[in-house]
Amino acid sequence: MDASLPQAMIDTPTLIAEWVIVLPVVLALLGAAGLLMVRRINKAPLIGAILVLAAIIACEIMLLLDVLAHGPVSMTMGRWLPPFGISLTVDLFGAAFALAAALATLFILIYAEIDRAEDDGKDAFHAMVLLLLAGVTGTFLTGDLFNLYVWFEVTLIASFGLIVQGGRPAQLDAAVKYGFLNFLATTLFLLSLGLLYGLLGTLNMADIMRVAAVANPAAMAGVAALLLLAFGIKAAAFPLNAWLPASYHTPPAAISALFAGLLTKVGAYALLRTLVAILPASRDMLEPVLAIIAVATLLIAPLGAIAETNLRRAIGFIVVGGIGAIMVGLAIPSQTGVAGSGFYILHAILAMSALYMVAGLVEKRTGATDTRQMGGLYAASAPLSILFIVLVLASAGVPPFLGFWPKLLLLQASIAQSVTAQTQDWIGIALTLALLVNAVLTLIAGTRLWAHVFWRSGPEGAGSEHVRPELVPFDRRGRLGLGTTAVLTATIVLLGLWPAPLLDAMQAGAGDIINPERYVAATGLAEDSP
Amino acid sequence: MDYVLAALVGLFIALGIYLLLSRSVIRMLIGMTVFGNGVNLLIFTAGRVTREIAPIIPPGLDVPAGPIANPLPQALILTAIVIGFSMFSFLLVLAFRAYQTLDADNTDNMRLAEPERAPQPPLSY
Repeated sequence: MDASLPQAMIDTPTLIAEWVIVLPVVLALLGAAGLLMVRRINKAPLIGAILVLAAIIACEIMLLLDVLAHGPVSMTMGRWLPPFGISLTVDLFGAAFALAAALATLFILIYAEIDRAEDDGKDAFHAMVLLLLAGVTGTFLTGDLFNLYVWFEVTLIASFGLIVQGGRPAQLDAAVKYGFLNFLATTLFLLSLGLLYGLLGTLNMADIMRVAAVANPAAMAGVAALLLLAFGIKAAAFPLNAWLPASYHTPPAAISALFAGLLTKVGAYALLRTLVAILPASRDMLEPVLAIIAVATLLIAPLGAIAETNLRRAIGFIVVGGIGAIMVGLAIPSQTGVAGSGFYILHAILAMSALYMVAGLVEKRTGATDTRQMGGLYAASAPLSILFIVLVLASAGVPPFLGFWPKLLLLQASIAQSVTAQTQDWIGIALTLALLVNAVLTLIAGTRLWAHVFWRSGPEGAGSEHVRPELVPFDRRGRLGLGTTAVLTATIVLLGLWPAPLLDAMQAGAGDIINPERYVAATGLAEDSP
Repeated sequence: MDYVLAALVGLFIALGIYLLLSRSVIRMLIGMTVFGNGVNLLIFTAGRVTREIAPIIPPGLDVPAGPIANPLPQALILTAIVIGFSMFSFLLVLAFRAYQTLDADNTDNMRLAEPERAPQPPLSY
């Protein structure tokens, strides 16, 4: 063989330990296929899905510990080495988000039982949830942009299946909007991939980090802007967010919770990965745009939540507001800023799911979806009201709940930016103010919802003219749902009370995003620089 | 050749976006397909257009004898076509179901998820 050529193929078999990187995705896909076969057997899909999820979580904990100990790890599929072969490369952010997503899915699967009839096996709900998780996990674990596109599509087709589950007319309406806009976003992503391949001749993330510096900066900025557009739709950042509050409230509450926890966060993670880690030079050019998007999302989303009377639509706007906080870390990619974004993604995966789970329980209890027809739950169901207010405070970022710590990091980063930067110091000031105003507005929106749903003694004017409607008592399934939500919320509260390990891990993960040497080294591409 | 393909890509994408901006679901579906094919063509064009030289290394050599057609874009496009087709079929079925159930082909008339005259929010607090 010609000595000047670098080694292109793997000679030694893959270590068993490296399989732990791909195992979560493989387990989810195989599990989904298996559940399809047993879906008519009573209870088998639920038990099977929980077992598969437990195995996935075990794998991801091992993966996370490995990444914490040794830095990013990589595994190449097939025998072609990167940049030719497809490699799965995991750093701390990917491993942590994958674990949080699997945990949220486990809680939601148990919670979903509140909406399911005893012999409801023909809709393959559990299989589709596992497929969705496979797509999301693949997105977090992959090290190749085209592979990322494929996982996006896996996620998309599974979410299409879930959003029409039940087939009520409103769901079909929502699915049309959700489907077209999200399919457009992935096609735009494919478009930017084509341009990137034409410019650089490679789609491996680590390889792009090496060669992007020598490419035409104007063309690269165009590609980065297209990526921002595509992932901005996925993440529901401000001007592109209309599909989210239009669609997330129509499927059953468990599916809303799954979407809110997993889908937009995947878009935000892809933005963080592509713009900050892979194309930092192009991100610098887009910095004012990113700052404007962050500020607009932070300010406008909670206003939408205040204006809504539909409970789950209002929570949809709170989800969008969280994306604004994540965008702050994209606009100022200091280590603190990126750590704040990553921590916020982690927080949002758990807290937004829990918020929708509580909303589903409230709808079950009151038999209504509109906050004007709710009320009087405080006396009847105190635990529910405590869960709701805790999650509202967590989303707004009130200490000591989990949402406070990422917001603190982001505030630190934006204040540092406004103190140090000379030419573009408006970005830091604007982001600082927007973060603070967002916290206040989210608090107003959340506590207003709480007051209308829980504090008021009945529906609007109930004490004066209308007859107070009867609340539906929880059956066994309802209590199971309440218990699941309570455990998830307790997890959020405990993590918020003891955030030190998470803070350290996120700082380390942000270091890997900003200085990708270890990431590139993990794929074995470090030695031959162009 | 490249210039013709590039112009065609531009035409496809422009046409796709024009159709997507219309309110009729069927036109949006066709727009989505045209847009997707424009993107596929773009990947093909971006990946070095060469005529009729297969990427095969002759026996006895380690590298190809001359410039060859790049096989990778074709693999990428193949994947994208399969995925795009599955999405198209789903959206087609969805559009048909929505047309049957909601009696609407115009997205302006699909207002169940977002009622047109949404009520005022409670003005207290």
